[in-house]
Amino acid sequence: MPKIESVDHLTEYRRKLKAGRDPNQPTVLVCGGPGCLPLGSEEVAEAFKEAMADKGLNGKVILKTSGCQGLCAQGVKVLLRPEEIAYQQVTLEDVPEIVETTLVGGALVDRLLYHKPGNGEACAHKSDIPFYQGQDPIVLRKLDLIDPESLDDYLATGGYRTLRKVLFKMTPEMVIDQVERSGLRGRGGGGFLTGRKWRLCREAEGAVKFIICNGDEGDPGAFMDRAVMEGDPHAVIEGMLIGAYAIGARQGYIYVRHEYPLAVKRLKLAIEQAREFGFLGNNILRSKFSFDLKINQGAGAFVCGEETALMASIEGFIGEPHPRPPYPAQAGLFGLPTIINNVETWANVPEIINMGPDWYADLGTKTSSGTKVFSLVGAVNNTGLVEVPMGMTLRQIIYDLGGGIPGDRPFKAVQTGGPSGGCIPEQFLDLPVDYDSLQEVGSIMGSGGMIVMDDTSCMVDVARYFIGFLHAESCGKCTPCRAGLTQLKHLYEEITSGRGEMEHITLMEELCQAMASASICGLGQSAVNPVLSTLKYFRHEYEAHIRDKKCPALVCRPLLTYTIDPETCTGCLACVRECPVGAISGIKKEAQEIDQELCIKCGLCYETCQFDAVNRE
Amino acid sequence: MDETRLETILSNYEGESTDLIPVLQEIQDAFNFLPKEELKVVARRLNVPITQVYSVATFYKMFSLLPKGDHQLKVCLGTTCHLRGGQRLVDSVSSRLGCEVGYTTKDGAFSLETVGCLGSCAQAPVMMIDDKYYARVTVDKVPKILKKYQ
Repeated sequence: MPKIESVDHLTEYRRKLKAGRDPNQPTVLVCGGPGCLPLGSEEVAEAFKEAMADKGLNGKVILKTSGCQGLCAQGVKVLLRPEEIAYQQVTLEDVPEIVETTLVGGALVDRLLYHKPGNGEACAHKSDIPFYQGQDPIVLRKLDLIDPESLDDYLATGGYRTLRKVLFKMTPEMVIDQVERSGLRGRGGGGFLTGRKWRLCREAEGAVKFIICNGDEGDPGAFMDRAVMEGDPHAVIEGMLIGAYAIGARQGYIYVRHEYPLAVKRLKLAIEQAREFGFLGNNILRSKFSFDLKINQGAGAFVCGEETALMASIEGFIGEPHPRPPYPAQAGLFGLPTIINNVETWANVPEIINMGPDWYADLGTKTSSGTKVFSLVGAVNNTGLVEVPMGMTLRQIIYDLGGGIPGDRPFKAVQTGGPSGGCIPEQFLDLPVDYDSLQEVGSIMGSGGMIVMDDTSCMVDVARYFIGFLHAESCGKCTPCRAGLTQLKHLYEEITSGRGEMEHITLMEELCQAMASASICGLGQSAVNPVLSTLKYFRHEYEAHIRDKKCPALVCRPLLTYTIDPETCTGCLACVRECPVGAISGIKKEAQEIDQELCIKCGLCYETCQFDAVNRE
Repeated sequence: MDETRLETILSNYEGESTDLIPVLQEIQDAFNFLPKEELKVVARRLNVPITQVYSVATFYKMFSLLPKGDHQLKVCLGTTCHLRGGQRLVDSVSSRLGCEVGYTTKDGAFSLETVGCLGSCAQAPVMMIDDKYYARVTVDKVPKILKKYQ
């Protein structure tokens, strides 16, 4: 790669790059996103390589591993450009057929296309699939277009064009003004106006300022930041460059959790490429602007997603939050003015400046402009990543894009905002999703996790789960959070074990009030949301656990009884082998029996039995 | 003490106190745990009190003061995995390995942990062995997966 010495050089390089590329170049894009990777997408890509070589397609068809293509439920996904033929659930065995039939023969492999549930109509192209209709991707738009490890791919699709515009045609004030006018709000959860935060930092005194990208995506159920860091790392870097120029920072940090090894690898590579090319370093593109980036890896602490804890971690300390104010924009990393935004926020910035703030502000709702990426998971047919304009209703997202609930089971709740969010019941399905509306119903936007639950989920168990999670992740610095979570956890254990009393509910509400008002950081303050929202909308489930000692959804272990139906049991002994406490006994090929004294109600027998002979009630 | 290995790691850094976490991460990766003698050297070289080294080493989940197994097995207990039987998966793996969560098997082959979320929620329940993800792991798939590493 050449070092770009000037703006003209960049123009020339991009021109040559584009001239050398045929827009109709046949390309196979195998999805390497967070959903497809565990399904073996690397092996599928390898199989394509071999099968294409066998058919003499090398040089004629290009093979790429792309970022997340969105519809994770149908992985491994393969997209054939330029036609945008979208193949679903591709396995190693399907690859030779795709190569033979489609790449060589020009015909479709019908069984690998998406078929609409109901009428079974085949969708040949990506745009025919209902999941993609109604989406308006900005942050995700390049994920199924480029090879994330190729800077040329990023440049050929307009990458670093905005940086150039910013450096040579805009003052820092103009950049901040545009971000402010766009109405962009922080995509990490808080929803603070990004432009206002930048302005505060620009106006803060001090010659040395920092910017940070928060890639410590810890909310269980959210993986959009992982997908962006892995799928379009240069967009994050370009966004940060623009932010650094706007506030006057020379050094930036990207903090990525260590559970995301591929994101770290891709970002490292992208930073090296950007340095080599001259987008990072001194006097970028021969301007007066100098900036460089460093990656810091998290070490396994959820609380480090909180901005002050994250900065403590970069400084080499344990991730304990500090009270705000002072806000990071005034006194952040090493006590100096710092802007910290999350991955999705940074990735939005280049396109906002490129297309203009009015374009962005026109998308979405009045108070929440633009689009938002959601990870739509749980009890929904089309699990995956969606990017929709703010203001789309929950029903549209879950039923139109998500294709509804598997087996047409009844919808119970949707959980948004991770452990700081709440459970939203059916009565709010027509709620337009934005920062404020979610808050009004007792949840939050958070980073965009959207976990759909049907009648097989117990809402007491869900709240117990989040409290257990937060209890394990609380840093322990402040008493309301540390002691409050310990007590809440204890109360949930009592209730889900059949030892609950109605007074426990009052105790929980009092605890929540104290924690929300007295905890130092967001972790403790918002830990109450899962509790209060389930108490508000699903109080009857708490009452069933406490009064009737029953878990209506058959989830809470101590309240269940497992028995074996002697009529159905074949005596295969599969459950006997699986039972961790040796509670199941009987003669081979005859009906088995569970010793209720020994049974720990783990449910392994229930899941193992191939004959549905284990009853749970 | 393995001085050569430690020196190789330290040579990548300039001895700033802010290098503490990255240095410990490299030691953890190279040694599979944080050995006591090495930590003393780190404290001296980065000019941080040994108490801070230990506070960091015991605060963050990825660090271990005891040797870990050859393979790091992480079962995801994110929300979606929780709803789809993640705890049953933990129980199954734990009983098959004869090892509690947070510990290492007697033969030193596996360390078993649970994690908050691995970010592959669409394929829940998920687990990860070293850098490899396993999707939709129902308990009947466990023996076959473990066998690959034994």
